[in-house]
Amino acid sequence: MADQILFFIEVVVGGLLAGTMYSLVALGFVLIYKASATFNFSQGAMVFFAVLAFVGFMQDFNVPFVLAFFLAVFLMIIVGLCTERLVLRPLMNQSEDTLLMATIGLGYVLEGLAQAMWGVEVRRLDLGIKDFPIPWIADNLKLFISAIDLTAGIVAFGMIIGLTLLFKYTKMGLGLRAVADDAGAASSIGIPLKHIMLLVWSAAGVVALVAGMMWGARAGVQFALVDLALKALPVLIIGGFSSIPGAIIGGLLIGAVEKVLEVYIGPFFGGAIEGWAPYVLAIFFLLYRPEGLFGEKIIRRV
Amino acid sequence: MKPIFMTYTRGDLINLAILLIVGVVVIPMTVSSGYWYTSILIPWLCLALATIGQQIIMGYTGQLALGAAGFMAAGAFACFNLILRVPGIPFVGALLISGLIAAAFGILFGLPSLRVRGIYLMVATLASQFFIIWMIDKFGWFKNYDSSGIITAQDIVIMGKPFTSPVEMYLVIVAVVTPMTLIAMNMARGSTGRNWMSVRDMDIAAESMGVSLLKTKLQAFAISSFYCGVAGALFAFTYLKSLEPVAFDIKLSFKVLFMVILGGLGTINGAFIGAAFILLFPVLLNYIGNNVFHGAIDATIISAIEQVVFGVLMIIFMIYEPLGMAKLWETIKIKIAGLFSKK
Amino acid sequence: MTERNFPIGGPVLEVKNISLSFGGVKAITDTSFNVLEHEIRAIIGPNGAGKSSMLNCINGIYKPQVGSVTYKGEEIQKVTPNIMAQKGISRTFQNLALFKRMSVLDNILVGRKLHTTSNFMEVALQLPKAKREEKVNRDRCEEIVEFLEIEDIKNTPVGKLPYGLQKKVELGRALATDANLILLDEPMAGMNVEEKREMCRFILKVNDEIGTTMVLIEHDMGVVMDISDRVVVLDYGKVIGDGTPDEVRSNQRVIDAYLGVEH
Repeated sequence: MADQILFFIEVVVGGLLAGTMYSLVALGFVLIYKASATFNFSQGAMVFFAVLAFVGFMQDFNVPFVLAFFLAVFLMIIVGLCTERLVLRPLMNQSEDTLLMATIGLGYVLEGLAQAMWGVEVRRLDLGIKDFPIPWIADNLKLFISAIDLTAGIVAFGMIIGLTLLFKYTKMGLGLRAVADDAGAASSIGIPLKHIMLLVWSAAGVVALVAGMMWGARAGVQFALVDLALKALPVLIIGGFSSIPGAIIGGLLIGAVEKVLEVYIGPFFGGAIEGWAPYVLAIFFLLYRPEGLFGEKIIRRV
Repeated sequence: MKPIFMTYTRGDLINLAILLIVGVVVIPMTVSSGYWYTSILIPWLCLALATIGQQIIMGYTGQLALGAAGFMAAGAFACFNLILRVPGIPFVGALLISGLIAAAFGILFGLPSLRVRGIYLMVATLASQFFIIWMIDKFGWFKNYDSSGIITAQDIVIMGKPFTSPVEMYLVIVAVVTPMTLIAMNMARGSTGRNWMSVRDMDIAAESMGVSLLKTKLQAFAISSFYCGVAGALFAFTYLKSLEPVAFDIKLSFKVLFMVILGGLGTINGAFIGAAFILLFPVLLNYIGNNVFHGAIDATIISAIEQVVFGVLMIIFMIYEPLGMAKLWETIKIKIAGLFSKK
Repeated sequence: MTERNFPIGGPVLEVKNISLSFGGVKAITDTSFNVLEHEIRAIIGPNGAGKSSMLNCINGIYKPQVGSVTYKGEEIQKVTPNIMAQKGISRTFQNLALFKRMSVLDNILVGRKLHTTSNFMEVALQLPKAKREEKVNRDRCEEIVEFLEIEDIKNTPVGKLPYGLQKKVELGRALATDANLILLDEPMAGMNVEEKREMCRFILKVNDEIGTTMVLIEHDMGVVMDISDRVVVLDYGKVIGDGTPDEVRSNQRVIDAYLGVEH
């Protein structure tokens, strides 16, 4: 019995830690949604683009780790500002659906560019952290928790705290919230729109890169990351598109639930139900709470 | 003169007749290379049919669904199993029942559209994409317990005559796609299409005119996935010639989505234009790669370039011409006509 | 006044004790009034008085927390836009709710929805029934187009039309339903004097020739007093006056509300 409970805890913890990865992707999505009111479907492609560039700099040009990191972030800022300028701005007064379609196109562009620049083969990313259980935890708590999962969890947690502080307690953060509410009004009272966009895209770039690094370290840097990142969408539905805590909790929830379902129910159906379980979970959420856990209820006026 | 809608104008009929003569007589008599049939005409018509399906739900009813490939897979595997398990079932009958089975899935996964829209609906329909593929993959029965993962599709036999050569299969497809296209046009131009579009443009007003949102949305989902289902079965039996769930992954759904958008939202013609472009552009790129650069460019790079071009085009169309290539074509036609009439 | 083709009859629509609030904000409080058959009934009141909310309650877009709607003597249990349309109540919207990408004629044709019985199979296969029905509906809509004098724009997508014309199309769509009662939410907003006069003419003509009962919200007092038989005045979600234009005009509470006297 105790073993079973321990195993259950292990499954849940593993799921939660894996869920932080979804949270990271969802976080980038929320940042851009807050700043530009756009459902950025290309967030997954951005994750792929960022980490592939990072690995590319390191492996093809022998750039040291830290420099490669900053180069990749710099690249992401450029991508972000180009997106803002060339895609989002011309579509400013269009419907949400139109913008969404355009970001699907953007995702294609980024995936294509990344592959054209850096090739299509799977690249290994060694962060010096292994995908093995941490001995100390295994010995003392009898829980098998992968070192890389734990690292990802800690990093994600750190980033979340950092971003929350940034947006809650700095002038920039306040500005961002004003922009999210009404960009026109915000700029007319002198909030520097440009600086805020720069800040948001940089933050989203860092988040995308870090998410990509964590995933890449575990499964290799490859195109499949884009599909994996799609799972940030059900996370966002559960958490709400405009809420940073929502993205986090949604990610954790999806991570834990899909693992538990996979381990306990999956075997009855031949496994791999985690491929669709998050989406079905999202549907149930949509039926009961369409605005998500933390989103604001939208009243449609006629 | 008053243009009477619904009864086709003389121009429409002439166009249709020309297209049919070219499609059924001229092409089979002049094109002998199997390549044209198996790599271009057959996939083009199959995907155009699926695109009409996506067009109905997205372009006409305004529901952002992203799961065409899932319904295509449902149709393909339904057709395989019907022919396998129902002795003596006619091919066309199997095809229609496959469409109906896909339609049933369409209704089921269309249910969330009654509560949500936009990206929310898109995520809900992704569930159908992943679920259907998973289901076919995990339950051996659907694949007749074939462990290799790839099953050869049965030969198409109609009234005892096998249709196995490229030309024959092409003719089968023309015989299915032509009436289905006409039917789609009838619906789109008639009261059915008006109900769809009224839901797309302003659902509250539609409801106040007595249009039932529930009925209209689910009907559109059913018809849309019927088209996808039939298209999927044809695609598997004539183009892939095999059945494997991976052939119907999310990438195919995106491809169909691109065909709708580049072709033009809310036009049936656009489905054919969009499908042709998405299929032919890579062919062209490969040709350039082989003949201009003599293979100096890696094939993977070419496919990456192709992806970039599709993405850029999608953005450009969204910004400048949301009605796509079909609208562009109309504009060009009017301009050319203008040039001639001035002289 | 000359004899009307359709003399005013008994109450056809009764709104009883309606209260509506949005998350604590009261839009309508305990409001009752009735509409007589074949009359033109106006709802007036300052901005935010709850006029549009009232129409939305009658038509089922908003669900009032308290109150009932009785139509033709029958209390409607479940008020939804769809059911009210089936009962014979049609409407136009304050901020235009047309089908933007459809042509003028197609917009009006959607109004024929409840007079269309052929299903999608019959339409798909162009069976004689569907063809016949389409012809009947089209002829009816062409009549409406002619009546509203918008023949020249009937094939234009409505999204491309100026505001005044869109308002006309919306009236056309409501007329196409052959409804017994039409709710008009500010049919003349944003129009110039000329356009307003034309719109008044259409409303009076429809009322006179077909006998359609009209409930309309309007800001232009001149227009309201000219064309309506009775007026109900709302302020802060409550009825503060109800009667003929002359009665309302001399009602002290109404005068106060419009002059902005402190409550």
